[in-house]
Amino acid sequence: MASAHSRMRCGEFRTTYQQDMTIFPTPLSRRTAVGAIIFLLLAPSFLSPYLLNLGIQIGYYGIAALGLNIVVGFTGQISLGHAAFFGFGAFASAWINNTTGIPVFFCIPLAGAMTMAVGLIVGIPAGRIKGLYLAIATLASQFILEDFFSRADWFTGGAYGAMANPFSVFGFEFNNDQRYWYVVLFYVVAMFLLGTNLLRTRDGRAFVAVRDHYLSAEIMGINLNKYRILSFGISSFYAGVGGALFAHYLGFVSAEGFTILLSIQFLGMIIIGGMGSVMGSLMGTAFMVLLPEVMEAGVHLVGSNTPGLTQALAYIKEMSIGLAIILFLIFEPDGLAHRWKMIKAYWKLYPFSY
Amino acid sequence: MNFELLTQLLVNGIIVGTLYGVVAMCFVLIYKSTQIVNFAQGEFLLIGAWTCWALLVKFELPFYIGFPITLVFMLIFGILLQMVVLRPMIGEPIISVIMVTIGLSMFFQSLMSWMFGGYAKSYPQVFETQSINILGLQIQTAYVMSLVISVVIMIGFYYFFKHSKMGLAMRATAFNQQVAQSLGISVKKVFAASWAISALVSAMAGVVVGMVNGVSSALSFFGIKVFPVVILGGLDSIVGAIVGGLIIGVLENLAEFFDSQWLHLGNMYTIAPFYALVIILMIKPYGLFGTKDIERI
Repeated sequence: MASAHSRMRCGEFRTTYQQDMTIFPTPLSRRTAVGAIIFLLLAPSFLSPYLLNLGIQIGYYGIAALGLNIVVGFTGQISLGHAAFFGFGAFASAWINNTTGIPVFFCIPLAGAMTMAVGLIVGIPAGRIKGLYLAIATLASQFILEDFFSRADWFTGGAYGAMANPFSVFGFEFNNDQRYWYVVLFYVVAMFLLGTNLLRTRDGRAFVAVRDHYLSAEIMGINLNKYRILSFGISSFYAGVGGALFAHYLGFVSAEGFTILLSIQFLGMIIIGGMGSVMGSLMGTAFMVLLPEVMEAGVHLVGSNTPGLTQALAYIKEMSIGLAIILFLIFEPDGLAHRWKMIKAYWKLYPFSY
Repeated sequence: MNFELLTQLLVNGIIVGTLYGVVAMCFVLIYKSTQIVNFAQGEFLLIGAWTCWALLVKFELPFYIGFPITLVFMLIFGILLQMVVLRPMIGEPIISVIMVTIGLSMFFQSLMSWMFGGYAKSYPQVFETQSINILGLQIQTAYVMSLVISVVIMIGFYYFFKHSKMGLAMRATAFNQQVAQSLGISVKKVFAASWAISALVSAMAGVVVGMVNGVSSALSFFGIKVFPVVILGGLDSIVGAIVGGLIIGVLENLAEFFDSQWLHLGNMYTIAPFYALVIILMIKPYGLFGTKDIERI
């Protein structure tokens, strides 16, 4: 029996709710996760700085994407203004650190909390409206926050941008890619565990109920207003933490980086990864971060004999993102997470799959 | 108080407002008949304007030949877009539909920038006189033309929906798809037609704006500005689109006026409609003329 459990299961053998709720359904999956984390802990010693940089990007964008997935994928509320919250977190962390001198170590969660407060305020309309109308309202909030960034000199440094100090613990500065990797890894593991666990609580189940049928959820005693606004708040918290990590990695935050384009990319991440899937958020982020790099490599490969292609690189990158979103929605609307599940299902009963 | 500036801005507001109204009408047309929110509406303007520009400048066609070719191109483009991209999306959740049009908007915007460059390019001279004098106000000829075209389009829409067979079929489809289908209306054709008409009319608006301000990717911002307009007017009301367009057009010019006279905050022209949008959503989420959703379990 024990040996059968250590591998993948060939069917559904869950008999208790406890088994249904576990994070790791089999010992194998737990060992894989632990192994992956050990691998990532050792990674800085042998990965090139370029790959480390990409990994760090996947980390902080992935945290923000998980936040967006909580509001869009789990609660079914559409948010087109996630980049503004991401930006707010970045500015907030730099601002707290620069004005009060609180160490960066505490600034990152504080920035998350501050962004959460803003998200709760922006989320108030979400209690009243839904679907399309909400999408448009969050679009407006994106533009209003962007305008605020360029206007509020005291907070963002206006046109000059804000400087962000490097992350440090007891005077030890995490100022290069190898060191910052661990900060991001810590936050990714913590935030993804938090996210997975959130969905196993009453609140998480309430989110899913609101998504699946909001009227039935309300009849069953779920306070719609509360959970809609709460999911906005939690998603903003994730965005804020992701943004703060971004700020202290780059060391400089400027208001131009948080446009509607980034919001669309965040949405693209969760669509490509799979809406309503925690690990899907990370897969989609990896896809979205790596896609432009692949396009760049491809363009350089053929660019030598096609003139004008290298100049158009920025446009090609953008086009590829737009195209990826369209193609995924048409051919794989459930995203990479679903594809991964299908692959696993195929191997479950491998030689006898009928 | 600078009355001359105020009246000039008000007239500008009305003219730009009618253009917003036309674009919003196209947006509403698609939403009403196919239940799709088109985030790529601004790109229709952009594609139309660049196509016409290319025909006029690159191929040196006269305006009266280039413009109709543009319209025919957009008609076909709209139908193809609906068939290839939007038809598989029927029955998908709202977020997928929204994202697909956002993806389209991203794709076409960067494609246009790639093909025509990122800088604004101006149209060749179409009219002999640059601006004419009406009651002491200088108004650009292209603006007058845009006003005329907009009003003609609006009347055309009215006639189309009230008296033509296709218009009737569209209204029936908007009312209830299944009932329309059972009465022998080809819903597929209606969907294709609404995208085609929307693309065509948006392209007209794009060419008009291009003539006044030059063509650049800034044109696609019209597609974003359309949201305050349709929310104010009601997402599924054609009359609402026109009224909303006029109000938002005047509102942003008034905001500009107050800002330049007293507030000096800057950027109010772009941002004021979005504040208006949030306020409208808080007090009257279904707009002035929109139908209220009533759900049953």
